[in-house]
Amino acid sequence: MTQSPLEVWIIIGLLGLGTYLIRVSFLGLVGDRQLPEWLLRHLRYTPVAVMPALVAPLVVWPVANAGQPEPVRMVAAVVAVAVGYFTKNVLLAVVTGFGTLLAGLQFLGVS
Amino acid sequence: MTRVPERADFLRGARHSAPFILVVVPFAMLFGVVGTEAGLNIAQVMGFSVLVIAGAAQFTAVQLMTENAPTIMVLFGALTVNLRVAMYSASLTPHLGAEPLWKRALIGYVLVDQSYTAAILEYERRPDMTVKQKSAYYLGVMAVITPLWYACTLIGALLGQSVPAGLGLDFALPITFLAMVAPALRTVPHLASAFVSLVLGLALAGLPFSLGLPVAAFVAMIAGAQLELWMARRPT
Repeated sequence: MTQSPLEVWIIIGLLGLGTYLIRVSFLGLVGDRQLPEWLLRHLRYTPVAVMPALVAPLVVWPVANAGQPEPVRMVAAVVAVAVGYFTKNVLLAVVTGFGTLLAGLQFLGVS
Repeated sequence: MTRVPERADFLRGARHSAPFILVVVPFAMLFGVVGTEAGLNIAQVMGFSVLVIAGAAQFTAVQLMTENAPTIMVLFGALTVNLRVAMYSASLTPHLGAEPLWKRALIGYVLVDQSYTAAILEYERRPDMTVKQKSAYYLGVMAVITPLWYACTLIGALLGQSVPAGLGLDFALPITFLAMVAPALRTVPHLASAFVSLVLGLALAGLPFSLGLPVAAFVAMIAGAQLELWMARRPT
């Protein structure tokens, strides 16, 4: 990189500030005021609306496999979702999902 | 002694952070390695992890800096990656908005994927929690995660290339988030919202600056909420 130390610190500072403003946005400005019901109804879907889009590309095109689809990771992801969905037990879903991954990688001798 | 119930929630949050340790340790170490290799000194690497404290945005910024992108593009790219956090902030407001400003300022500083996901799903599971209990739980999660994030960035920056790769740790993040969100798929609208998110997340993955994620999430929220309304209106 060709940035001077000052430029690097300016980037760090502004990025820190910008990220912080995004984070406190609603929490800081809205605070205790009641949000309208239609907005609350949408916000209740935030976790299920964000996580699949965040995770799906990482599952289908894993960086560790140079972005190529790879069956062990896909099966492990499906196991984690299925166990989490049917048992409602997060820890069990993590353990079985990760266990599937490790067993699969071991069995196929890939990484 | 009135603080005792909240103390229990704080400790509960700290316990529930356990799966995230698998995510945060390698991710932070990797940032330390990548940052130093890109030419940042240790103070600058730590500056990123302490002041920005957002893994994906940090990696994006360093990537763009090594490509010698103009400062404004570095900022734009890295901040866009973090747009989803505005949705987290809005989603937490009905739960934590009644806290005093200083506490909301602290909650905002440590608002990341992990704290949001752990907290919002706990609030859904235990709707009778008070505001104080909710913030105690949230801060309990981050009392474990935040120091680990700093420490492991430093370790990565100091060790450099000698950090071991492999063991499938790259996949800790997908597994952890899928395991957490799957139990929250309680109703048909939740399933529909997740499905829209999945399809659009893949279809829009090619958009620059990870813009596909906020767009997919936005449409998926509307899909879930509208289906909920439609099902409620439908004559039974």
